[in-house]
Amino acid sequence: MADGNGPGRITIAGLAFAFMMLVLIVVSLWLFIAKPWWFPQLASVRGGDIDGVFTAVLIVTGIAFVGVQGVLGYFVARYGSRGTERAGYWHDNPKAEAGLLIGTAVIMTILVFMGQRVWASIYFTDAPPGSLEVQVTGEQFAWNFHYAGPDGVFGRTDAKLITNDGTNPVGLDKKDPASKDDIVVVNEMHAVVGKPVKVRLRSKDVIHSFFLPNMRVKQDAVPGMSILVWLEPTRAGTFELACAELCGLGHYKMKATLTVDKTEQDLNNWAKGKLAEQSGN
Amino acid sequence: MQVEHATEHAHPQLGFWRKYVFSTDHKIIGIQYMITAMTMAVVGGLLSMFMRLQLAWPGHAWPALGKIFPVAFAGNIMDPAFYVSLVTMHGTIMVFFLFTAVLTGAFGNFLIPLQIGARDMAFPFLNALSYWVFLLSCIVIISALFVAGGAPLGGWTAYAPLSALGEASGPGEGAGMTLWITALGLFTVSGLMGGLNYVTTILTMRTKGMSMMRLPLTQWSLLITAVLGLLAFPVLLAAAILLTFDRVGGTSFFIPSGIIMNNRLLGNSGGHPLLWQHLFWFFGHPEVYIVILPAMGMASDILSTFCRKPIFSYKMMVYSMVSIAGLSFIVWGHHMFVSGMSPFLGSVFTMTTLVIAVPSAVKTFNWLGTIWGARIRFTTASLFAIGFISVFVSGGLSGIFLGSSAADIYLQDTYFVVAHFHLVMAIAPLFAAFGGIYFWFPKMFGRFMNETLGKLHFWGSLIGVYAVFFPMHILGITGHMRRIYDPLFYDFLKPDKGMNIFVSVSAFCLATVQLVFLANFFVSIFAGRRVKENNPWQATTLEWETPCPTGHGNFGDELPVVHRWAFDYSVPGAKNDFVPQTVPPGAEKV
Repeated sequence: MADGNGPGRITIAGLAFAFMMLVLIVVSLWLFIAKPWWFPQLASVRGGDIDGVFTAVLIVTGIAFVGVQGVLGYFVARYGSRGTERAGYWHDNPKAEAGLLIGTAVIMTILVFMGQRVWASIYFTDAPPGSLEVQVTGEQFAWNFHYAGPDGVFGRTDAKLITNDGTNPVGLDKKDPASKDDIVVVNEMHAVVGKPVKVRLRSKDVIHSFFLPNMRVKQDAVPGMSILVWLEPTRAGTFELACAELCGLGHYKMKATLTVDKTEQDLNNWAKGKLAEQSGN
Repeated sequence: MQVEHATEHAHPQLGFWRKYVFSTDHKIIGIQYMITAMTMAVVGGLLSMFMRLQLAWPGHAWPALGKIFPVAFAGNIMDPAFYVSLVTMHGTIMVFFLFTAVLTGAFGNFLIPLQIGARDMAFPFLNALSYWVFLLSCIVIISALFVAGGAPLGGWTAYAPLSALGEASGPGEGAGMTLWITALGLFTVSGLMGGLNYVTTILTMRTKGMSMMRLPLTQWSLLITAVLGLLAFPVLLAAAILLTFDRVGGTSFFIPSGIIMNNRLLGNSGGHPLLWQHLFWFFGHPEVYIVILPAMGMASDILSTFCRKPIFSYKMMVYSMVSIAGLSFIVWGHHMFVSGMSPFLGSVFTMTTLVIAVPSAVKTFNWLGTIWGARIRFTTASLFAIGFISVFVSGGLSGIFLGSSAADIYLQDTYFVVAHFHLVMAIAPLFAAFGGIYFWFPKMFGRFMNETLGKLHFWGSLIGVYAVFFPMHILGITGHMRRIYDPLFYDFLKPDKGMNIFVSVSAFCLATVQLVFLANFFVSIFAGRRVKENNPWQATTLEWETPCPTGHGNFGDELPVVHRWAFDYSVPGAKNDFVPQTVPPGAEKV
């Protein structure tokens, strides 16, 4: 016999375990194929690539999962005993071991390369010229968004100018001519469909994480660092922005809204309105 | 040698305190570690029950809890700061004070001398000291729950600068955080004393004939783990000391310039928050293997014993553990893909991480190879060892998503991560530890645990852990962030409410099943069925040559001599279906 000593005794415990593995396999196949719960609606260009990597890994691990749990359940059901029988005495098979080792290594290598192509397209490519630039500063427990306005130049900021009353949360130097048309809004971000957005991430105090589930974007905002990420919205609408890095007791409510406008005109109108509000102050 | 034996055996009758409390006997110290860790597990588990209560019914008023905990449940609703401190304390207690303590502290101490044929550890006093320092660290960490401001808010990873700025960054970041750092410092010192002992003992005190390639896999795993601990713990200790300097000494190791806390510009400059993450995870990833390797070793030995079949490919089992240990020092960056670390490093760490999956897969194949053609005896111990494989595979496979940096962008800091690490480094080790407890309980206390209750415990646990942790993968896919007090604060998480309730109810059931185990454990110490023979499971390793429970000095006048490896089950032509390591070649036929 290939298994050394033939099938063993079918036991209740063995069958019960095999049944458990079967239930596990069926339920997980249902969860991952019927997808009763799944990713939030995709709304960015490169988010699809991330979902693609996820799907590739899901197929490979799914096959391994069903295979291993299935074989485990089958073996446990098939090779039971009453407590007196003898098993086969064999404990090596260099060829099979080498085959499995090399097979696993090859699959892992393929997964690395697939994933790295997407990783490179996200991190090793700059935002296209003409992107909308936003400076995002996290703080306990809010997000500040700073837009350069029509002149496209960000006004000077200085931490010393930050006020206690929340009227100047990023320390914008009002004396700098470039700052005249800048707008700074709290927990409210805007972008336009089809126009890449370049986000410069900073933090005032502790580490936060800029998480836009629909865009598949997540990047930590680290105090002392200025980190660039970019995304290109493909769908108009409002999307939630969450903090994904534990930042203190109010971490859960560090929420902002990203509004993706249909046209550039909508964005400009919003910006004009905000600027008028701020000048009025 | 004779003279040495004579002195070793001239043990005066020790009183109760010296024998059971201030003991230097490795077996007593092992049991002390075990019972202390179990106590910590009850605390850590209870904290997670509160977390699940909040996640299933956020904002719900619990008048009864409001009466018992007037601060944590002010106005009968759980306080957000309390929730985050639960997250921190649950993680810290479980990772360090349960898993590390029970797998290396309890089983390491109890099993090393017994399985290698030694009378005790190389440094018995150091061993006792290691336990007492560990106990002190337990008291310190628990006390963090009771100081003004409560326990820290930064999670078990204590990312700087949240952890470095003191009370300004949150209520628990004052005294609570100081106690957290102190407890971890003490814990690492205790771990270093233990590790030094384990390495020395296994390398120098093996009995005659016990060559390295005849060691049971449990011993290999404990040796490798001890080496990992010796290399990784000092890094955590150093990081904890630097963090203390930042907090009380005015230094800026982890605090950059320009931090504005409560609208006040801080004077620090020159530090870097990512330095903490690098130090923490340089320790933290090997720590994962410090927990899982002994679990793998014990599960392998238990599996082989009850399969009545040699472990498949012993050599590859050893080599894969060694390579996992080596690789574990070059994968830490996969915890930091979106941290702001150079994306080039992200590529490198993806590669090393998926490489480490290969030896883990090899081990899985070898476990399946062990069961293939076996004659399994279904005891509670063997069921937990088999359950270990299933859970380890489930959790291990979801790690491949997280190791791929591109997929991790989305999944990082979601419940997908929580699902992954709970299955692979909490539940899998827990299953192996349960298997180990049911298996070695007769050797520890001279009595069996109740098998019927044991099986109830196993089936309840197997169903329970999958019901609790498998759906968390799906929660992660929907984007559910970890460590948030109220998921319903987000519209995109509202559809998760039902699943959160399901997970919570499953968690309460799972916890209830663990009460069966606790009752079985403590009642069996005094009232379990007595073990009449030395070797009730018909196993091959040296500890089964000694009486149950094993006396002081472990072996009789002569230390055992080893003639074969630890896996001679179902040897063709042998009289019994197991051949102990002490049986000389040829003698098994008689």
